[in-house]
Amino acid sequence: MKRFGFLSWALLFGYAFLYVPIALLVVFSFNESRLVTVWSGFSTKWYAELLHNDALLDAAFLSFQVAAVSATLSVLLGTCAGLALTRFGRFRGRTLFGGMITAPLVMPEVITGLSLLLLFVAMEQWLGWPDGRGVTTITIAHTTFTMSYVAVVIQSRLAGMDGSLEEAAMDLGARPAKVFFVITLPLIAPALVAGWLLAFTLSLDDVVVASFVSGPGSTTLPMVIFSSVKFGISPQINALATLMVLVVATGIFVASIVMARQERQRKRDEQMAIQNG
Amino acid sequence: MAGQPIRKPTRLEPWQDAGQTPYVRIEKVTKTFGDFVAVDEVSLSIYRNEFFALLGGSGSGKTTLLRMLAGFEQPTEGKIYIDGVDMAGIPPYERPVNMMFQSYALFPHMTVEQNVAFGLKQDGVAKAEIRDRVTEMLGMVQLSAFGKRRPHQLSGGQRQRVALARSLVKRPKLLLLDEPLGALDKKLRERTQFELVNIQEKLGVTFIVVTHDQEEAMTMSSRIAVMNHGVIAQVGTPTEIYEYPHNRFVAEFIGSINMFDGRVVSTEGDQVLVASEEAGCELLIAHATPAPAGSPVSVAIRPEKIALSKEPLAGGDGRNQTTGIVREIAYLGDVSIYLVQLPTGKTVRVTAPNITRRTEMPITWEDEVTLTWRPFAGVVLTQ
Amino acid sequence: MRTVVSVLVSGLSRIGLWGRGVVVAIPYLWLLLFFMVPFLIVFGISFSESIIAQPPYSSLVEWLTDEDAGTSKLQILLNISNYFRLGGDDLYILAYLNSLRIAAVTTLMCLAIGYPMAYAIAKADPARRGPLMMLVILPFWTSFLIRIYAWIGILKGNGVISNLLEWVGITSGPVEILYSDWAVYIGMTYCYLPFMVLPLYSTLEKMDPSLLEAAADLGSRPFKSFLSITLPLSLPGIIAGSLLVFIPAVGEFVTPELLGGPDTLMIGRVLWNEFFANRDWPVASAVAIALLLVLVVPIMIFQHVQGKQAEAGR
Ligand SMILES: Nc1ncnc2c1ncn2[C@@H]1O[C@H](COP(=O)(O)OP(=O)(O)OP(=O)(O)O)[C@@H](O)[C@H]1O
Ligand SMILES: [Mg+2]
Repeated sequence: MKRFGFLSWALLFGYAFLYVPIALLVVFSFNESRLVTVWSGFSTKWYAELLHNDALLDAAFLSFQVAAVSATLSVLLGTCAGLALTRFGRFRGRTLFGGMITAPLVMPEVITGLSLLLLFVAMEQWLGWPDGRGVTTITIAHTTFTMSYVAVVIQSRLAGMDGSLEEAAMDLGARPAKVFFVITLPLIAPALVAGWLLAFTLSLDDVVVASFVSGPGSTTLPMVIFSSVKFGISPQINALATLMVLVVATGIFVASIVMARQERQRKRDEQMAIQNG
Repeated sequence: MAGQPIRKPTRLEPWQDAGQTPYVRIEKVTKTFGDFVAVDEVSLSIYRNEFFALLGGSGSGKTTLLRMLAGFEQPTEGKIYIDGVDMAGIPPYERPVNMMFQSYALFPHMTVEQNVAFGLKQDGVAKAEIRDRVTEMLGMVQLSAFGKRRPHQLSGGQRQRVALARSLVKRPKLLLLDEPLGALDKKLRERTQFELVNIQEKLGVTFIVVTHDQEEAMTMSSRIAVMNHGVIAQVGTPTEIYEYPHNRFVAEFIGSINMFDGRVVSTEGDQVLVASEEAGCELLIAHATPAPAGSPVSVAIRPEKIALSKEPLAGGDGRNQTTGIVREIAYLGDVSIYLVQLPTGKTVRVTAPNITRRTEMPITWEDEVTLTWRPFAGVVLTQ
Repeated sequence: MRTVVSVLVSGLSRIGLWGRGVVVAIPYLWLLLFFMVPFLIVFGISFSESIIAQPPYSSLVEWLTDEDAGTSKLQILLNISNYFRLGGDDLYILAYLNSLRIAAVTTLMCLAIGYPMAYAIAKADPARRGPLMMLVILPFWTSFLIRIYAWIGILKGNGVISNLLEWVGITSGPVEILYSDWAVYIGMTYCYLPFMVLPLYSTLEKMDPSLLEAAADLGSRPFKSFLSITLPLSLPGIIAGSLLVFIPAVGEFVTPELLGGPDTLMIGRVLWNEFFANRDWPVASAVAIALLLVLVVPIMIFQHVQGKQAEAGR
């Protein structure tokens, strides 16, 4: 990119498109006025209000719980699925399995939500479980659609990984289970972390599926945001958004520092190896 | 050296004819990447119909030089003229040059025919003519039956021939080939070398071939430029490069050679006498460049130019003659390689044709042998 | 001693096989139960009748016992009137067509913005590609709802764009873009853009740069090389990205609900309203099945492309 040509402009436009709305959101969270679009002075009162909004805080707490549990479950299930798809060769029903893994990636949320709700209702009718709808059903629903994302992340990591490492370990006498815990798991650990974070975010972000499968008393944070946004603009939401952006930015910042340090460590190790070797 | 030139000696050697103008002129071209000098003040003249080889080790700047000719890189300094036209600022798609890529760079989404037709289409050649020329070209590289296939359905050797056909179909005046035979096995490689030379002679195209295979360079090319760390170490015909290396690098890079360090004793005409402790005798070299007495030199002698005998030669003057003990023998079929250790500790390599049947074993391990060679055998290398 | 060892070995290897079976079975059963079976239930309920009860739909199968004759029979009642309603009512047909149109426009807009971005990033210095891609994905980690919300403030009358236009002097009064199809296009493009850029980038980045050099060497100008080499070779990325945007966009609910006007009918909204406002579960199910039928072909293409990419990665 020597000249500032068409491509650079396109890139600049794309990033502006992605970030200007978020930046405006942050700026107006400090606006004095309730009118979110006209600047009338600096204030942090919306943050204070946010901290006293009990309904919202309760919903946030519930959402974090659901997100944490369902992300953990979907990492477990997604890892099994990713392993099955990359390491087990052909097995009976693999095509159906692969289809059930990829379909949720693009399935419209209204369909997922409706179908899961009808399942829960039918199960309650026949089995008596789950008893009504609430945290459990939301968690199951979230696990179901997030595990696909986790499986795809892990699958691509496993596919990119040298399978001969595992074969070498087996050749040296390690049992499959041992190979998994000693060789495979450490190598796919970054993908596990990425998958967990992805599942957590997706769960924390979902309003449609949760609306279908939640019951009275189990309102998640996105549901609260959704209804308050529907009734119009509220600077409290700006404040909440700013806090979220702050959390994400901090997370990314810490992660990049950790990665840069690891990279430097790796380089140093290599240097040492060269000098000693 | 096993390779035999497969090219008939050209009657006219244009580089020796002062009246000829070079087709490609590279003038003091330097290319740097950051601080790293990849090509360092290279000057070369290449004439029409030449089969010119760029030979050198990995990272010596061969590809970089070729890419500057093709127009993918701009020289940091210096000028390149093709057919008298300064190439500075002329993009690749406007140069009268085609290149055959090291990786072949075949378009994976096009059939063999479409690949070959691509260049003609860019020139707006009529459809019927494109078809004729593609058919003709595929016939020439013996791929007529494969026109409808995609590159991934071809073997390595077939791909290589598609790449060749694609770069030749536009009938360029100058064809650049970057390690064209690198991916082929030895047999196929030798056959393709012949094919390349035949095609080149038939079409009258100037070829510049990059290779790190010295045998390939020797057999195919009219002239060779040996590159080392971005610098041209020597330019010459295969014979010149092999028989009269200008410096230690060229001598050691091409084939194997024995080096004896010593000092000049005297110079008479073009005969130089060198005293070498390493060799254990005085070395007399004919047709050498005169050097002042006392100056340090190396004398290079090819292994096949040394004769081996069990009996000491009677009546010699002691020059170009030394003795040693056979330490290793490698039997290669047509020749054997003997590693002979001199009393000074120096190991000398000697190749001798196996004239007699091996079972008779005239010379064997731990035999004391005499090594002799003629004054024409050695080359004096300064510095 | 030998037999003990062999028994142990065979036992352990059986556990190994068994372990593998479990690793496949757990996610398999989970998906069968929570992904496959629900579709069958939706399909079933789409043939039932809406009744005022808990749950609000009639049972498809009934076990009828005739006391007098002493016989009993299984009666299956399939009510296809729900589908007739979908086919007969302009509202539904319009909603389907609208959804397809809005999803198609969104896909094209994502492609128009995303392709140059992905191309520029793939062409950038290798050390800068990672961070540049990171910047594309980053907004995805903040809440989707909040990103939609951000556009409300920008698009509404007296909002950022309106004020900007007025300030520049292009318009004299407030401009209301919010609650229109355009607002939906913008919002959906905004939310789905990363899904377009990611697959595009990964195919463009994998492309061998010497192919473009070869094209130039054969006399092709840069723009022509782009058309004849880069574009066809990035087709898998274009297809994957487009499907990744198009399919969920057809069934999108939140964006049209928040940014669209009352007449921005989309099938996701219709389904939602049938379910929550009208409490007509059978019709909602029929809408879902009809939506799935529209999406079956794109979903299968997507699975094919996805499968091929997984093969290629190996
Ligand atoms: N784009 C580039 N940026 C930085 N350094 C480069 C670049 N291209 C080449 N080099 C460096 O220039 C030197 C010469 O490279 P070149 O490719 O010309 O070697 P070569 O003689 O073709 O070697 P080989 O036989 O391995 O192909 C190498 O050290 C290489 O690392
Ligand atoms: Mg090279």
